[in-house]
Order: sequence, then structure tokens, then C-alpha cells
Amino acid sequence: MHLFPEDVIRAKRQLLEMHYRTRIGHLGGNLSALDAMLLLHHELMGPRDRFILSKGHSAGAYYITLWSLGLITETELTTFHQDGTRLSGHPPAQGIPQILFSTGSLGHGLSLAAGLALAARLKGETHRVFCLTSDGEWQEGSTLEALIFTCHHNLSNLTILVDHNGLQGFGTTAEVASMDPLDAKLAGFEVDLRRCDGHDLQALRDTLTPMSNRPVAVIMDTRKGHGVPDFEGRMESHYLPPTEPQYQAAMAGLDRKT
Amino acid sequence: MRAELCAALVLRAKRPDMVFLTGDLGFMALEPLRDGLGDRFINCGVAEQNMVTVAAGLAREGLDVWVYSIAPFCYARAFEQIRNDICFHDLPVRLLGNGGGYGYGVMGPTHHALEDYGILLTLPGMGAYVPAFNEDVGVVVIRAGASSGPCYIRLGRGELPPEVEAPAYAPWRRLAAGDGLVVIVAGPLAGSILGVLPALGACRPDLWVVSEMPVRLAPLPNELAERIARCGRLCVIEEHVAHGGLGAMLSQWVLENGVPLRRYDHLCARGYPSQRYGSQAYHRRDSGLDPDSIRHAILKLAE
Repeated sequence: MHLFPEDVIRAKRQLLEMHYRTRIGHLGGNLSALDAMLLLHHELMGPRDRFILSKGHSAGAYYITLWSLGLITETELTTFHQDGTRLSGHPPAQGIPQILFSTGSLGHGLSLAAGLALAARLKGETHRVFCLTSDGEWQEGSTLEALIFTCHHNLSNLTILVDHNGLQGFGTTAEVASMDPLDAKLAGFEVDLRRCDGHDLQALRDTLTPMSNRPVAVIMDTRKGHGVPDFEGRMESHYLPPTEPQYQAAMAGLDRKT
Repeated sequence: MRAELCAALVLRAKRPDMVFLTGDLGFMALEPLRDGLGDRFINCGVAEQNMVTVAAGLAREGLDVWVYSIAPFCYARAFEQIRNDICFHDLPVRLLGNGGGYGYGVMGPTHHALEDYGILLTLPGMGAYVPAFNEDVGVVVIRAGASSGPCYIRLGRGELPPEVEAPAYAPWRRLAAGDGLVVIVAGPLAGSILGVLPALGACRPDLWVVSEMPVRLAPLPNELAERIARCGRLCVIEEHVAHGGLGAMLSQWVLENGVPLRRYDHLCARGYPSQRYGSQAYHRRDSGLDPDSIRHAILKLAE
């Protein structure tokens, strides 16, 4: 199912509305990851492929992606973060069949994905596993444990995506605990290292589609808060919901693109 | 119990879906299992957090997954991975912790497991097995392997006196019939306590061993419950800290069931009172879990 730019804009509007209406933050990291999540789920993943959202704080973008596929209703999106919802702030352990694991504590997703990829190999299955990590998450020792394991077992059916927006909870990744340049660090491992603009659909297609005989690691250069001018590239978009003027400006901006 | 564990898992290795993960442990013990499983025996290296979460991923795909390490490296290092990735999803991963209690002796406190089943049983769906005798291990592997949710198996060292035959496995077993007081022991310590019985003279406790927890999943047999109520004196013995241990579970059971208990004693791991280190026997003495201390405690409770 081809993903058109207008599909992305529609999803972005829905994401903004959901976060604005419920007054929930974490919008910045959702907007940096949304393009890749949509493209994966609409075009690149087959029915047996697996997806792990290691950066669980981008659950909103995940729910919107599932909504865009018709797997979550618009009515249910209004329950986001509300009492009794399936759509908790981080992906839930139960209730949504497409979500294989509850995530939210960083540093778990790559090991989960490695387990799924190893299981596929042991069972003689050929599907791919995709794991979306944040860039700050590479400060977690467990992520490095998982990378060592992934490379040692040459899990070539596993593709790691890094949402490289350069911002984390209380500063830039460079200021807090730098792994920069991340690509140089990852290049020291036996991965098929790739890099692209994480908001350019064609670049993402070209980068993510080719299979490899090694695990694939894709650094996606992204902007936190992408598409919301007041949020873009700003740390506060990690926590704060959009104000009404910010929301109106963002929606107007998206209208101009359609 | 490692030899018995290896033998039991080698039998299970005939299943094509079995996968065994180790945190770089098993030298001179698990080689037959490694040879039997081939590429399904995975040494994950010194990376227990990854190992436990990989296990969750494997189990999510329907494989039969076993994880092995020295007990604290298995349950303490990777606690969040056990909680989030295994238990939140009720996945049947079997965690094998070698060296329960002070089992690693003079290797020091980092290698001891004094709070393992207590802390793990706070997690949703988790069950714990504490085989008491070497002969239990094969049955425990079968029972744990049949469970649909997560479980932890605390491995120790068989302590059954050579002249005593191990009773057939059951979650709760009566090891000696008596009256006056009931003694309940968790796991391998039961073997050593059997050795204490002849030194108790006229005092003949009703001695039981438990190998499965929590009490909610492995309820006390009616016969034992009736015995406790009739005697009104209970002694619980375990190589585990008081908080969250068998004593705490049974105390709750006593309260919830209105059991008229007149006297109660709990012998348990007390950490490192002497601030010195030694063998498992040394630490048991330090905690009052050695045969002499146990004998005195039982006699006192029976007075």
C-alpha cells in the first residue's frame, strides 16, 4: 500500500489533535518518528514482519499508525491517556494484537527484536524484524548488550532504526552523554550501516528496502517536533503538550501542504 | 543439582522447539546439553539483561525457553527485564538460578541469592520451584516445562543423608510424622534437618518440605493445615531473608485462615551478622540455620 505525502499529513494532523485534545506531551519524539513508522507499516513490512517500538514514549505515533491502517478507530483515539483506555502513554502489554511487547523503559527493544529475529531463524522463517530506537537510548548499556548479541549472531533479518533527533529528556544527546558521532560508533560493529533523512519518504524507502547479509542499522536524521514550527528542534517538545496557538499554527501549516 | 539438571534438560532437548540460554556459565557441567542442543544452546555472554529479554522474544514466538545463570545474576541483575518483558506478557520463560541461598559460599555476597523467590513472587504470574533433593530436579524440569507462565527454579545442593531415600516429588511433602509442633522447611535444608531428627530425643516434630511457591498456586495439603491447627506451634525454616519469604507467606496464610497458632518461630537468612565470609555452612551458622541452631530452636519451641 503506497504511502503518499497526504497520508502522512493526515496522520500528523490526527497525532497533533490527539495530543492537543488530551494535553499530553511527548509529541516531539512522536513527530520525529512518525514518517518512518508510517512507511514501515504501509509499504515495507509484510504480514509476517515484526515491529518493536523500543522508544515506547512514541506510542502516540504508533497508535496513529495503527489508526491509519484501520486497526484502531478514530473514536478510540479519543481515549488516549484516559482512564480505562487501551492506549496508554507507552505501548500496552495487552489488548492490541499488533503490539507484541509493552515498551517504555528504554533499552529493552533491541533485545526483544533480537529474540524475535533469532526465533525466526531457529524456526526457519524468513520474515524481517524492525526495531525503532531513540538516539538517547544508546546510552543504555542493555542496548549495547543487544547490539553485541545481534552482530555476534549476525541477525541479518533484523533492521535497527535510530531516530536521531539529537534531543533527549533534559538536554541534547551531545550535552548529556554523548555518543556522537553515533554512526562512527556503530560502524565499529558488524552491521550494514546506513544513513538517511528520516523525513524524506523516498530516501527512507531507498535506505530501508534492501536486504543485507548483515544486521542493518539505519541512522535517520530527524527533527524533534517535525512539522510544528514552535516545537521543531526544541527540547521542551519532549514533555510539553502544544498550546492552542502552537496547535493552530501547526494545523494551518499542515493545511497549506495539502 | 547441576548434573541432574543437565540430564533432565538433555532429555527435553529432543524437542525441536527447546532453546537454552546461558550467561556464560555451565563449564564442566552443561557440555552434554550444549552438544545435544547444537545451535539451540546459546551462550549469551556476560550480558544478562539482554539474555533475559532475548528469552522473552523467543518465548513470544512460541519456543520452549530456558535461561541459566548464577542465581543473583539471573534474577537481580535482570529484574526489570523479567518484570517488563517476561511477566507483563505472561510468557513461559523458565529462569534457572544456580546457588540458591548461600550456595556459592565463600565466593561472597555478590554470588548469594537470599531474596530470590521473595522478590520474584511479587511479579504477576510468577511461580517458584525450590527442589529439595537431587532426585527432585527431573520432575521439577517437567513441571516447570509444562507451566504456561513464567517461573524461577532455585537450584541448590542435595543434602539428603546417604542412608535416607528421597521421597517421591510433590509440592508439599511430609518427611517425618510427629506431634507437638510442625516444622516446614523450604528446599534443600530439609535434607540437613532430617539429619537433626535423631538428636531431638523425645521431641518428634511433624516435618514437611515445600518445593513450590507461592502458597496461592501450591496450597497447603489439608493434612498439613489440620496438623498446624491442632499443634498450634509452627517453625518455618528457609535460607532466604524474612521479608517476602516462606515465613511471610505462611504467616499471611495463618492470619487469613484464622489458624489458632500459639507459638511461632522463623529461622531464616540474616545476611552477614559477623561481617565475615565463608562456606555455605559458615553462613548458615552465622544466621542460625546450622543443624545445632535448628535443633535448639525446635526444642525450645516444643517446650
